[in-house]
Amino acid sequence: MNMSFSTSHSPNTDCAAEPHESPSPEIGGEIQADDKECVLVEAINMALHYEMARDDSVVVLGEDVATNGGVFRATLDLKQTFGAARVLDTPLAESLIGGLSIGMATQGLKPVAEIQFMGFMFAALEQLTCHAARMRNRTRGRLACPLVVRIPCGGGIHAPEHHSESTEALLAHTPGLRVVIPSSPIRAYGLLLAAIRDPDPVIFLEPKRIYRAQAQRVCNDGQALPLDTCFTLREGEDITLVSWGALISECTQVADQMLEQGIAVELIDVATVSPLDIATILQSVAKTGRCVIAHEAPKTGGIGGEIAAQLAEHALLDLKAPVLRVAGYDTIMPYAKKEALYLPSAAQISSAIQQVLSFA
Amino acid sequence: MRGRQQFSIHFLQYLDPEGNLDLPLPEWTSDEPLLLSIYENMVLARLLDQKAVALQRTGQMGTYPSILGQEAISVCTGLAMAKNDVLVPYYRDAPAQMIRGMSAAELFMYWGGDERGGNLNTTSRDLPICVPIATQLTQAAGVATALKIKGEDSVVVTSCGDGATSKGDFMEALNLAGVWDLPIVFVINNNRWAISVPLAQQTRAPTLAQKAIAAGIEGIQVDGNDPIAVYEVISQAIERAREHKTPTLIEALSYRLSDHTTADDASRYRDADELKAHWQEEPIHRFQQFLHQQGLWDREQEKALQSHCQQTLDQAVEQYLAAEEEPATAIIDYLHAFLPYSLEGQRSAIQHKDAPVNTEGESR
Repeated sequence: MNMSFSTSHSPNTDCAAEPHESPSPEIGGEIQADDKECVLVEAINMALHYEMARDDSVVVLGEDVATNGGVFRATLDLKQTFGAARVLDTPLAESLIGGLSIGMATQGLKPVAEIQFMGFMFAALEQLTCHAARMRNRTRGRLACPLVVRIPCGGGIHAPEHHSESTEALLAHTPGLRVVIPSSPIRAYGLLLAAIRDPDPVIFLEPKRIYRAQAQRVCNDGQALPLDTCFTLREGEDITLVSWGALISECTQVADQMLEQGIAVELIDVATVSPLDIATILQSVAKTGRCVIAHEAPKTGGIGGEIAAQLAEHALLDLKAPVLRVAGYDTIMPYAKKEALYLPSAAQISSAIQQVLSFA
Repeated sequence: MRGRQQFSIHFLQYLDPEGNLDLPLPEWTSDEPLLLSIYENMVLARLLDQKAVALQRTGQMGTYPSILGQEAISVCTGLAMAKNDVLVPYYRDAPAQMIRGMSAAELFMYWGGDERGGNLNTTSRDLPICVPIATQLTQAAGVATALKIKGEDSVVVTSCGDGATSKGDFMEALNLAGVWDLPIVFVINNNRWAISVPLAQQTRAPTLAQKAIAAGIEGIQVDGNDPIAVYEVISQAIERAREHKTPTLIEALSYRLSDHTTADDASRYRDADELKAHWQEEPIHRFQQFLHQQGLWDREQEKALQSHCQQTLDQAVEQYLAAEEEPATAIIDYLHAFLPYSLEGQRSAIQHKDAPVNTEGESR
């Protein structure tokens, strides 16, 4: 496909809640840190620019990423800045993109590949699961696969069929792959830097519904965020709300509404869905005793089920009420006209919270 | 209608099945140690194969894919490559891997179910074999891209079987090698069978080499049981890749004289007469005849070689069987460079997997 999408742009309101530390001492050098007001997809672009300037071994590849700058413009101007040798338009073949990235990664490069939409990643899955995830293990550490595969995920932008799936659980079920989903420009910037610097394969899922939804001041200081830590976006004593990706917007909205009603929601953005930082969630539930998990992916076999299972294993006695999940239905992602029917809503999250709270 | 383009596929053979010369010998054949090295490595490969099958049959190793009858292709691949080149092999390439530093003990380890068999030697940047068919080919293209980006003059040699040419990955890799002018050589070991499916059921194309034409790259067919032709074609392709950054597809015609693997029984689907006929074309006898005719090989040398190879292999078996077990946690220790904290509980559980449940503490 060669098409571009844009979504509406609304100003940021929750910058203060973002965990963002000062620059680490070992990074910086010639690169000037500068703040920039940007949306999520621009933060991704900024992180790519930063890391390509800092590290010669970083190479960007994928369909339409070079001259066109990506169908979502995530790789805009990279070719102009870093040259055609490091920003590569590949032929239209996802399995090839997977294999290519692996081959490059084993020889000391750090490929950052783009798969244009999550619905097209399946051809690359054999390479990612059978090889990228296993290279270090099957060579007992002789070779590694420090690659990143960026994939726009999720629904909500009225895209055609096969453009709106949320199949993160399928990836998270593959040992050896890290799976990351940012939910804000600041986290997109910091987590993408971390993903590129990680010595192992990372699947970086970009919720395209919020690509241009919210602008934040992002400090372009090269500071990476941790890859196995949840982000607590709101602290509260009454209930833990766990989510990730685009749905964090609805969750934030719900948490704010609840606070007006005197209910303090602790909102956790999982962000790094694999490996899962269960400790942060357990700690929160130990405090609140109640938990709702919200995700866009189909309910059955989703990561929400894994979180609920771990709560049952490790926190049963902390729980004052059943754990509820608000998730996509176990059905095929509807086409654009009915996608809103499928996507979990703020109202659903609110009512799940009320239900859990009503449990004495 | 007028013809737009015309294509032809060249076939190269120097030695006929009896070891007689069809063509004047190429210049490099004046290098006698090289000729002898080709022969010696083929004999070692044959005996290694027998040893591996014997280990499997006696319950000391797992499933193993024999390379019986296809030794010339892999041996010439290994010998034609420079040390700094990169091999991206498939699973009938043990001879090339061994020439490049893998030990026989490592091969036994791999097929004996021990991941340490994929370590080759610690300095090598060769990739381990790929078991899912054809996936190595796009990885090889990635390696070649990396070499090109880094400005190295090294090249990549990658291999696959005839069955692999039916997969999209094969065409995707070939296509990219053409578009990006990659320093890469693709070698197809066309042994005519993909487990039970003969080549005629893989493709209607009269040659596999012609698939290069669709990718706009050089394609050539060679008698894969004629070591002189194979070495000539592979070394020239490597030279082209190194000097001109142009890729080549080589179809090496051979025949799988064995079952697909030790878990297979080819007599279920393959005619005994066909097999018998192909034994007349196998490479080792052919090359031995040739060397003998050239006055380079005699019975005494053969005897000494056989005994040297046996000794080497016996030592490898001994080393394989005596290898100390890895610690239990090795099954998770190489998953990531650094173990994520969320897996620490599972790592410690591996160490006392079948111990009684500790009802006092937490089990994660």
